[in-house]
Amino acid sequence: MSTFSTRTAEAHTAYTSTGRPMTSEDADAASRGPVPAGAARHFGPESTPSPGDRASQLPNKPIGVISCEDVDIFYSRFRAVTGVSLDFGRNEITALIGPSGCGKSTVLRALNRMNDLIPGARVTGRITYHGQDIYGSDVDPIEVRRRIGMVFQKPNPFPKSIYANIAYGPKVVGMKVDSMDDIVEEALTRAALWDEVKDKLKESAYGLSGGQQQRLCIARTIAVNPEVILMDEPCSALDPIATSRIEDLMDELRQEYTIIIVTHNMQQAARVADRTAFFTAKASEETGDRTGELVEYDVTAKMFGNPSDSRTEAYISGRFG
Amino acid sequence: MASIGAVATAPLRARKAGENSPASIGFLVTLWVAVAVAMICLLTLLVTAFVDGYPRLDGALFTRYSSRVIPETAGARAAILGSMWVIGTTALLAIPLGIAAGVYLEEFADEQRWYNRLIEVNLQNLAAVPAIVYGMLTAGFALAIGLERRVVLAGAIALSLLILPVIIITTREALRAVPAEIRQGSLALGATPLQTVWRQTLPSALPGVATGTILALSRALGEAAPLLLLGGLVFVSYDPNGLMSGFTTLPIQIFSWTGQPQEEFQELASAAIIVLLGLLLLMNALAIIIRNRYQRHW
Repeated sequence: MSTFSTRTAEAHTAYTSTGRPMTSEDADAASRGPVPAGAARHFGPESTPSPGDRASQLPNKPIGVISCEDVDIFYSRFRAVTGVSLDFGRNEITALIGPSGCGKSTVLRALNRMNDLIPGARVTGRITYHGQDIYGSDVDPIEVRRRIGMVFQKPNPFPKSIYANIAYGPKVVGMKVDSMDDIVEEALTRAALWDEVKDKLKESAYGLSGGQQQRLCIARTIAVNPEVILMDEPCSALDPIATSRIEDLMDELRQEYTIIIVTHNMQQAARVADRTAFFTAKASEETGDRTGELVEYDVTAKMFGNPSDSRTEAYISGRFG
Repeated sequence: MASIGAVATAPLRARKAGENSPASIGFLVTLWVAVAVAMICLLTLLVTAFVDGYPRLDGALFTRYSSRVIPETAGARAAILGSMWVIGTTALLAIPLGIAAGVYLEEFADEQRWYNRLIEVNLQNLAAVPAIVYGMLTAGFALAIGLERRVVLAGAIALSLLILPVIIITTREALRAVPAEIRQGSLALGATPLQTVWRQTLPSALPGVATGTILALSRALGEAAPLLLLGGLVFVSYDPNGLMSGFTTLPIQIFSWTGQPQEEFQELASAAIIVLLGLLLLMNALAIIIRNRYQRHW
């Protein structure tokens, strides 16, 4: 663990490409390091908490690592999402739920500028990371993606060995590395995959099962020391056992990372998320285009137990979507 | 439901003449005849070339120069070495350029831009341009820059132009076969687009690129027209020794020998054809091996 925490500090100072610190909270984030066992959160795998337990320990307002202020997202002329304002809390798991086409994945991909890769995609409003606008003209999108990692719907390991999959990230971002072996072991350990693959690190990642591949992708993301991990329906291609392992893993990762997950599975949101945001789509009266909007955002227990908005209740109870 | 009628419950109809009707059999026979005609022509060519050329397929063919007066001892040494020089230079020119152009068009070019669309359309057309046109183009180009047009470099430029569209197109197809998830995974880790191409996309596409490139080079190896148009020498009695050296190649040599009246030259041409076919077969086999062994099925 020690190798990782020192490198966290390096990473957070060395990678500010704009020449100034990202924010004053940056130093805070750097010194944060892993939360020691026995500190504020202590949910080992043996004490998986129900949302109710956690809800009582959550701050009333999320301590925003990433904040959206009145965000609209367009694909060329088409307005995919409108008026999204919410804070994603540090060391929390936030779930984005809603029917298909409500823009939740679009919002997720806007948070680390993966939408930049789609021609014509643009964002208005402000998305800030520790107070700094990630779409600011002086911000390098590469830098944003290093701090805010992403795990995709379909496991997408590189066609290389397990070892090379993990080592790739630290190599390309130019991390100062004392021992790549240690990083690989640490990342795989944190992703709960080490014991299963430690004897076949040089074998192709394609030989792993779907669930193992997805944990490898999580390990790969962890290896570059992000602060936030975005997960776009990470379990939708996995069976229930593999899904359950990923959920346990998320619960452990929460101690050190901020996780934002898009899911179609409402039970999954209820099981893992501290807070849940419900999106839905509204058809425009003039054009008929369906534009996503944020309906309600609250502590998960409240969202599933006593939602304020009737649309949330209708969706959660299975009456639409 | 009523308009569709009742659900079909009748037993399946017994097989009628369907597959054995005279029309079906006639069609099948036509197909077989077509295949047979093609195969017989090919076999005839191969067998006659082999029978005619076999007696001359000896060491002298590889070690002796051609001769105008004593065909009994002439060989194809200059042509074989010339082919190697020209194809080697062509590979050095065309492969880096072709792969780079393919990578740009597939990974970086914005398809909305008019100039990229223009390149796109031109590329498709260039691949279909007759080889001799590239010879004329190179002759003009050589004249413009004051390059002697009968040298290895000029020949290699003509053949490079000829196979460049093919290499670009196969590179693009191989890159397109690499799933977008690989690129996204790399970019999401904070890799730059250039790192992503260099370390993920291009290595994954390399078997496809290599296969296409070898096939393109083997086409260049068998090509005579553009080199003849450049005034390729038909009689060379020295080893080519550089880019500015005069040269002949196997197809040119064969062309020249078949035009001679003496019987010995005809036999010599057949022997050279066997060598050329052997080389082409070797290259195509290499391409197939690479494709089967390394090509990834996503």
